[in-house]
Amino acid sequence: MTNPYVPLLFLLALGAGFAVLSVGTSLVVGPKRYNRAKLEAYECGIQPSPHAAGGGRVPIKYYLTAMLFIIFDIESVFLYPFAVAFNQLGLFALVEMVLFVLTVFVAYAYVWRRGGLEWD
Amino acid sequence: MSNATFALEALTGIPQHLAALAPATTDNPKADFSDTPWWLSLVKALLIFVYLLLSTLLVIWFERRVIGRMQQRPGPNRTGPFGLLQTLADGMKLMLKEDITPAAADRVVYSLAPLIAATMAFVSFAIIPIGPDVWMFGHHTPLQLTDLPVAVLLVLAVAGIGVYGIVLAGWSSGSTYPLVGGLRSSAQVISYEIAMGLALVAVFLYSGSMSTSQIVAAQSSLWYILPAFFSFVVYVITMVGETNRLPFDLAEGEGELTGGFHTEYSSMRFAMFYLAEYINMFTVSALATTMFLGGWQAPPGIAAINSGMFNHGWWGILWFTIKLWIFMWFFVWLRGSLPRVRYDQFMRLGWKFLIPVTLAWVVAVAFIRGAQLGYLGDSTVGLVGREFPVATLVIVGVIAALALGATWVWEGKQADKVARESAPPPERIDPYAGGYPVPPMPGQELVEPSPAISGSPTPVALKEDTRG
Repeated sequence: MTNPYVPLLFLLALGAGFAVLSVGTSLVVGPKRYNRAKLEAYECGIQPSPHAAGGGRVPIKYYLTAMLFIIFDIESVFLYPFAVAFNQLGLFALVEMVLFVLTVFVAYAYVWRRGGLEWD
Repeated sequence: MSNATFALEALTGIPQHLAALAPATTDNPKADFSDTPWWLSLVKALLIFVYLLLSTLLVIWFERRVIGRMQQRPGPNRTGPFGLLQTLADGMKLMLKEDITPAAADRVVYSLAPLIAATMAFVSFAIIPIGPDVWMFGHHTPLQLTDLPVAVLLVLAVAGIGVYGIVLAGWSSGSTYPLVGGLRSSAQVISYEIAMGLALVAVFLYSGSMSTSQIVAAQSSLWYILPAFFSFVVYVITMVGETNRLPFDLAEGEGELTGGFHTEYSSMRFAMFYLAEYINMFTVSALATTMFLGGWQAPPGIAAINSGMFNHGWWGILWFTIKLWIFMWFFVWLRGSLPRVRYDQFMRLGWKFLIPVTLAWVVAVAFIRGAQLGYLGDSTVGLVGREFPVATLVIVGVIAALALGATWVWEGKQADKVARESAPPPERIDPYAGGYPVPPMPGQELVEPSPAISGSPTPVALKEDTRG
């Protein structure tokens, strides 16, 4: 195998094939009985509350979490090459890494103090 | 390194001695796939697929049985020997049920979401080393589908795509509970992915590679659970958060959200989410095994028997499976013993505790590793008959002092908190002290409300109402 990414596609295809096949089978085999109430949104038996198209407006907390995730995840991904090449880079890497983590901590402390990490 | 070169490096950002360095070879996979034709890869992919499906069938039965025992009831025991076929029967039943698409749903995305979740769950297992090199159909090939220089990064990336299945399912259902469940679930998964990614940095520092076969090979003398123990603890916490399992299964808290993001799904589409959840549990457990427990290598005592006989060939699958199931047992044990946490507590644990502590731990490991490699000076000191590098001793001392200081501060805060909570409530309270009326606790007496002249914002009209 020359390209190591090709076997990933094999497994991907197997998984996708299995998922499509089993969902398809159940569509063919399963019963279909129309009932208007069955197609309404499920709210434990009460009348479903009106649901805005497209999910409506999402609380800002989730948006904030997603944004913070991108920032901190990129920062943690930056640490990966450093960690892998640590044996070859020497003291230089250590010093640079400490400086980098300190910078991250400044941003982190700022977010904390501004209440970006509060959920309520 | 002299001060001059160091200053030069700091200015230019490029280490001077790197120019003379040969291209890095250590981060390349150790597993050798040169004798693996494409059809053999396909066979191996099929074997992994079957292994995962069978494991899922087994683990759902296992979970229900063990939870049953923990709750002093037998669990499923009728279908097949010991109820082993229960999961298969449930799957068959699900397949024969009606597949409902709610009227308000976005039909395309609604059908796509379970397929994304199930498909992505399978992919990560491709880079997990299940055993050493074996002979398979006349070819010498490792028991691993493939390996990449960035294998572990791939697992994180695939987990990230798997979140799409969850969030799209919640969004496209056209219903309130799934929407909230999907949002919560994705916020939860991405929050814990940061701490998980940071916990793995310590392992990369020790192994010098992100290739899984290289990481397993680097653990032949010492499993990383010992030098990176704290990373292991953080990883185990985050893997429970990542897979939406109790005590962190807030996305499907039955009491508040009925079923979470898959409330509207039925039949095989629901089964796909179920399957994805369990395969994801296997994937994170397999990653934990690979990163911290030496992968497919035999436990230290057994590895020494008969000059490493149990560390060769197909034996690897046995050790790998045993380690995998230790984690599965742990998942079930957690579910049987712990109640669900509150969402804000969960997010606080992730963002305010795990992330900063893991970052600090990464710095500490980097220093320890630097001292081991001799970046911080080579002088040694003799202690109790052995030679220790001075730098290591200093760093361990500093870390111990910091940890001691942190626990001291924390304990002080805890003591304050306990004192505050156990203090007896005052006997007389002013119901309007905070600006709005507060009812008295049992045994408390209300003082006469202070008159409005004293500057309190008490509305005069309310006085008579609340005293009776």
